[in-house]
Parts: sequence; C-alpha cells; structure tokens
Amino acid sequence: MGLSALTISEASTLLDKGEITSVELSQACLNEIEAARELNAFSWLDPDLVMEQAKSADKQLSNGNTSSLCGIPIGIKDLFCVKGSPTQAASKILEGFKPEYESTVTQKLKDAGSVFLGKLNMDEFAMGSSTEHTVYNPVISPWRSKGSENPLTAGGSSGGSAAAVAADLCLGALGTDTGGSIRQPAAFTGVVGLKPTYGRCSRWGIVAFASSLDQAGPFARSVEDIALLLEVIAGYDPKDSTSYKGEVPQYSKCLTSDVRGKKIGIPKEYRLDGMPGEIEKIWEEGKAILKDAGATIVDISLPHTKFALPTYYVIAPAEASSNLARYDGVRYGYRAALDSNTNIVDMYKRTRGEGFGAEVKRRVMIGTYVLSQGFYEAYYLRAQKIRTLIKKDFEDVFNGGVDAILTPTTPSPAFALGEISDDDPIKMYLNDVFTVTVNLAGLPGISVPARLDSKGLPLGLQLIGRPWEEGDLMNLAQSIESNVQFNHKPKRWW
Amino acid sequence: MGLSLDEARNVAHLARIHVEESELPDIANELSVILDFMEQLNEVDIEGVEPMTSVTPMKLRLRKDKVTTGGEKDLILSNAPLPEQGFFSVPKVVE
Repeated sequence: MGLSALTISEASTLLDKGEITSVELSQACLNEIEAARELNAFSWLDPDLVMEQAKSADKQLSNGNTSSLCGIPIGIKDLFCVKGSPTQAASKILEGFKPEYESTVTQKLKDAGSVFLGKLNMDEFAMGSSTEHTVYNPVISPWRSKGSENPLTAGGSSGGSAAAVAADLCLGALGTDTGGSIRQPAAFTGVVGLKPTYGRCSRWGIVAFASSLDQAGPFARSVEDIALLLEVIAGYDPKDSTSYKGEVPQYSKCLTSDVRGKKIGIPKEYRLDGMPGEIEKIWEEGKAILKDAGATIVDISLPHTKFALPTYYVIAPAEASSNLARYDGVRYGYRAALDSNTNIVDMYKRTRGEGFGAEVKRRVMIGTYVLSQGFYEAYYLRAQKIRTLIKKDFEDVFNGGVDAILTPTTPSPAFALGEISDDDPIKMYLNDVFTVTVNLAGLPGISVPARLDSKGLPLGLQLIGRPWEEGDLMNLAQSIESNVQFNHKPKRWW
Repeated sequence: MGLSLDEARNVAHLARIHVEESELPDIANELSVILDFMEQLNEVDIEGVEPMTSVTPMKLRLRKDKVTTGGEKDLILSNAPLPEQGFFSVPKVVE
C-alpha cells in the first residue's frame, strides 16, 4: 500500500514520529494523480506549489506544529477560491479567473499546515448529480461493475472530490453540499462524506449556488478523518453573516462509538416504491447494527418528505438565478467577443449564453421564472412556506426525543455516464430524494459506506442529526463504520 | 403547464441568456417538464404558514460601520476581461 492510501490519522502519527515526511507523502499523491489522469478527478494542479507547501509543512513539523492536518495533502473542489489558483466552478464563464483572496475554510486548512494539492472537478456551479455537466471532462468513477468496463459516475456535484479520495489520490478533500452534493458522491464511491449544519462552516470565498442551502464539508476514508477535518474548517467567521457563533468541539476527541441509549428514527416516507432490494437490505442492516450497539430504533413520520424535491427545485434555482446574475462579462471571467456596435444587453446575453452550460442555463431560467412578476407567490413564496413545514417535520421528531435519523443515502448505486439523458432533468434530480430534505431543514448529515451490492458497487447509509450535533452524528456513523468494516477499494484499472 | 415559445423567449430575456430561435422549442419543453413537477406543491395546505426566511434561528448581526478594506483597485481589476484606464469597460450605454 502506498503512502497516499493512508488515512489522515495514520499519516499524521507517522509525520509526528518523523517516520515519513510531508514531501514523501505529497509526492506519493502527485504520482497517484498523474497515474489516474483518466479519472478526470483533478481539474488543476501545480506540482511545484505542492512541493513548496510540503517542504514548509516539514519545517513546521520539526518546529513542533501539532495540528493533525500539518503536512496532510488535501484536494479542494473547484468551487472554493484559492488565492492565485484558477477557480472556475467548472464553468466556461469563469475562464481565466484567479481569485485575489482565499476562502475562509481553505485558509483554515492552510493555517493548520495542510498541503493544498489542487482543484477538483465538479458539476458546473455545483448543479448536478453526476459530474458530467462540467467544462472539463466528466469524472469517471474508480469503481466499475463486476465484469464491465463501462464508465460509471462518481456522483455529483462533488464527483472529483469523491473519486480522488476513493482512488487514493489524496488523503481528504473538501466539497460542498446544496442538495446532496457531498453525501451522494460519497455513497457512490465508498467513502465518508459529511454535510455540516447550515452555518457551521463559513461560506465566505465559496462560489455561491443557493446561499440558504450551500454548506462546505469534508470527504475522507474514515469517520475519524472527517472529525479531524471538520474541527479545523468549522467555526465562526465575521465575513459570513450566517455563520454560527457557537463553540466548535474537538470532534476527534469525542468519538467513542458509544451509542447506548440513543434513539434512532426510521422515516416511513423514505421507503420508496420500486426501491431496489439491496438498498432496503443495507437499511435493515444499519438498523440492526445500531440496535445491537445499544440504540433504540423507532418508526417516525416526516409527512412532507414527498414535497422536498419540488420545493428544492423552486428554491435552489431561484437563489441561483440571483447569485449567478454577477456573471455579466464585465468584472471577471469570460466575455463574448463582439463587434463595437453591440449594445450592453446583447453583451450580457451573449456572454451568458456562451459561458453557461445547458443545465446552468436551465436552472437560471427556471429560477428567473419562479421569481418573476405574477409567479412569485405561486411558486417561490409557496415553496418557502412548504420549506417551513419540512423543517417542522424534523423539529417535531427531534422534540419527540429522537437523536438521529437513519436512511439510505441514495435510491440506487452509481449509474453509467450518459445513462440519464439531458432531456430528462427530473430523473437526475431524483438522485437527491433522500438528501435534499436535510439541506432544506439546515441539518447535518453524513454518509458512511455500508456494503457492496451484487455488482460490486458501494452503497451508503445516511445519518441525519440535530442542528449543531455533528459530534453525536459522527459517533453514530463510527458505530456503523466499525461494525461494517467496509475495507473495499476499487480494483485498479487506470 | 406548458410554456409557450413567447414565454420561453421572455424568460431567457429576463435571465439575460441568449438563445437561438431554433433552441426555443426544446427549452420551452424542458422548462415545462420542471414546472409540471412543481405542480405537486399545490397539494399542500399552506394556510397560516410563515415562509422560511432563515433556516437556523439566528438574528442577522450588525457590525460597526467602519471601513475595513479598500484601495485595491489593481487587484479588483486584475480579473476583468477588458479593463480600460483603471476602469471596468462596457459597451456604450448612452448616445
């Protein structure tokens, strides 16, 4: 096993003891990334910059930097502004954009001494569930169905982050989750992914998609690593007016796997007609594991669940149409080439028509429509009211003493690239059916690998927690993790 | 609910996105499918329900009204596609 396949906690121990250096570890990752170009997981990287940071981390380690992330190579989704590095949100409209500032969460990672490996591929502006809607080439999952060479999706929108962690190209990665964009790709690739409570991590310096739903979060190969990453990236930031002022616990110190006495809710509305038997099976297994570990399993109801997807597909595009209004060809990024007689409105339209991909245009237009005069109340205001009801469903359950909710992460295993056609957006949206509710209610959610299905593809279980209770949630997730012992890796074909 | 070609053209204009006339039927179609999907929301009784304005119960904080940054013209213009003489540039907007 190469160094890049270590977990963060393993690598951190070896770095602290001086048994390996960050230069060796980072070089191992660079070699793996080079060998895995076919996966299209990374969209940009600069090996010199990586080595410079690794050398600096080694110096910090010898000077006694005790952060568990010091010297650890981490990949960053292309949605985060990293000073001086191209940041394109996988869109043509941000071609050539190099931010002059750093996002708060990536700054925190740098301050801890971690090594920024490069930018990770994604769906354009985080809109998608397959990382096919990207200005770069689509991400190809390191996983393949048994006996098949058909390329599969790594999920989306943070597909590059998931593929990179699953294929051992980096030790951890950052993604963002607006409707499931961390948890769904984590489930598809057999890694752990956490979406924190809305407000737990600063959104400052992250390219905005839907501001009331967006949240940054980590990908890693163990729950403990997720805790190590979260305790660094979480925290109050005066630059984000919605960031949470409460204290950030040292999550890695509270992981005990002790879940005795916890009450776990099983929502009946998540049992979908036509759900594959294997999804049903992992759900049952998850329940049994938590029950054996001493938790109580109770049936619950979240009555507005079925309205979550249509609510999301009003609210998210509405916010996106407003956030993406800034891409006008004037201040940054792409501008259409035009003759000198073109008026300003045509300049905007041409720039946006050429700069945005099909799915982004679709969502901006839907968002514009639901916010336009005469339709605002029928769509947007109604959706905001239903969002209140969806959140109340969760509040009622938590007030009834439930500590966390267990569901499958996705309604199916990973699908083939190109399998869900562009003419059927709703089919793609259905991928998020178990995850969007969590964003609408602002709750924390985590996906942990459960098992491989009969075709050899990973399936994930999702745990949904109370607001700000990420620690409790990771504890439950670790209980599942240590029972399942999911130590499958994709068989290397690249 | 089907979107007419005129409605699709208008929404593209409002969104400031150029679309070719030949693309309009497909766009109208795709948007109609999504709007149809949203029709389910009409089944919900929303009488007396407050629209959500903040997903976490927090008050928007106020800060001191003081200048914290500024004087960074070159940095700000460094990403502009066509800066001119220290300004952003746009096509002529007044005759």
